Amino acid sequence: MTFSLSPDQFRSLWRGALSLCLIAALYETIARSGYFPTVLMPPIPVVASTFWTVMTDGTMIHHAASTLYRVLIGFGMAVVVGIPLGILMARYQRVENFVLPLASALMPIPSLAWVPVFILWFGLGNTVSILVVFYAATFPMLLNTWSGVRSVNPLWLRAAGAMGANENALFWKVIIPGASPFIITGVRQAFLRAWIAVVGAEALAASDWGLGWVIFDAKEFLNADLMLASLAVIGIIGFAFERLVFGTLERQTVLRWGMVKAAKG
Amino acid sequence: MTAQDVARVDAALPVPAARKGEEWWRIVWRNAFPFIVVGAIWEIIAHLGLFNPRLFPPLEDIAAAFIRLTLDGILPYHAFETILRLISGFLIAAVVGLAIGFAMGRWRLAEDMLLPPVAITAPIPGFAYAPLFLLWFGLGNFPTILLVAFVSMFPIIFNTWTGVKAVKEIWLRAAGAMGADNQQMFRHVILPGALPYILTGMRLGLAQAWRVLVGVEMLAAVSWGLGWLIFGAREFLNTDVMLAGVAVIGIIGLALEKLVFQNLENYTVVRWGMMK
Repeated sequence: MTFSLSPDQFRSLWRGALSLCLIAALYETIARSGYFPTVLMPPIPVVASTFWTVMTDGTMIHHAASTLYRVLIGFGMAVVVGIPLGILMARYQRVENFVLPLASALMPIPSLAWVPVFILWFGLGNTVSILVVFYAATFPMLLNTWSGVRSVNPLWLRAAGAMGANENALFWKVIIPGASPFIITGVRQAFLRAWIAVVGAEALAASDWGLGWVIFDAKEFLNADLMLASLAVIGIIGFAFERLVFGTLERQTVLRWGMVKAAKG
Repeated sequence: MTAQDVARVDAALPVPAARKGEEWWRIVWRNAFPFIVVGAIWEIIAHLGLFNPRLFPPLEDIAAAFIRLTLDGILPYHAFETILRLISGFLIAAVVGLAIGFAMGRWRLAEDMLLPPVAITAPIPGFAYAPLFLLWFGLGNFPTILLVAFVSMFPIIFNTWTGVKAVKEIWLRAAGAMGADNQQMFRHVILPGALPYILTGMRLGLAQAWRVLVGVEMLAAVSWGLGWLIFGAREFLNTDVMLAGVAVIGIIGLALEKLVFQNLENYTVVRWGMMK
């Protein structure tokens, strides 16, 4: 992989940068025009300095750590439940008959609709956020695993059987790798859902720390600069997970096994 | 396999299909059985008195609350307000999203200029923008609808953009060789070609809009709406009302998916043979 850009790519990059600069300049002009109060629409340097302050004094790190803790526990539970259940559903008709109607009925209910109910049952705090994350992340995990296992080419199964693979080998060497593109997509979608859910759940149910909570708390005190800084942190963490964690996971597994082709640049 | 196929798994709700030679009552029983089991477990827990019945009401109380509120007209009115917000927000998103998506798909300049801002704002959860919208546009309907529109716009943009780019070059050249002008090219080649993607985008957009709307209604101090209903019922420990509200939210979510989009798909892309 080289980093020399063709003139075409260079033009795209240049135009993209120009467009972002234009948007920033427009925002800055409106913010400084005094048309809106500065507390509601702080200029970019103010947002940047707030961002720097909360990053260096550790409060933002604490908020981010609380959010990550909730999201990773809930998401981990969803993976631990979703993948085995999805595999069981695809392999055993009885399990599918039982789980699928329930999943189809629960899936259209947005996870945030459960927040008030969970608050009543479990009180404010971590449990509510973790459960809401779990609820949001389980269905993509479950359904993608289920369709992945079902979509394993029956020819591969018969070929492996003919070559004398036992149940165990069939499962680990054929079914799991065969279903892996779907499972990884499921993991990705589940994390995306989890990340969306945690922000909402924290806004409604957290009471001290968390990125979702800090944005809503900042609204009470008209700290638009803190709000925008937190939005940036939420965006950065989401992006980092999507690109670095899941991108790496994908390269290490399905791309290396040749199950899917890399997207064309 | 493409990303589109995989995205469909998430977008389309899987309802167990009828198997060959199965009588109708067996299908009904097969689908009803899990609900009966879960319902029975719920009833047993509720009647054992392990939890306060205010917090964990038996199913008959939830059903009674549902019927009472429906006959009063309260529940239908809440649902009506919510759906109205959803539709207004989604229509704005569809118009803006299609325009941006088409522009990005057709013109290189638009693609280069619009992609960075869209790619930066899209991955942030829509709900995180809610306080900003409330701060800038006040409380009530206006910021709620605007946020719904904003959130559901992104999947529509991305899918329209991908769809327009996925239209086969050879179709465009064939139509051009047969003397199609710009307008005909758009109406008869690009639009039908991109439609499977666009419909997927709209489906995902509507699902996201639905998820964010329920949450935002809890915060935006609107006077009616299902999100507000369940959040408000918490103050009075009306768990039966809350669960009845959650059930209505689920029914509407299911109806949006099954009735609206599957019919739309059957009438367009499936009929045109674009998609099985």
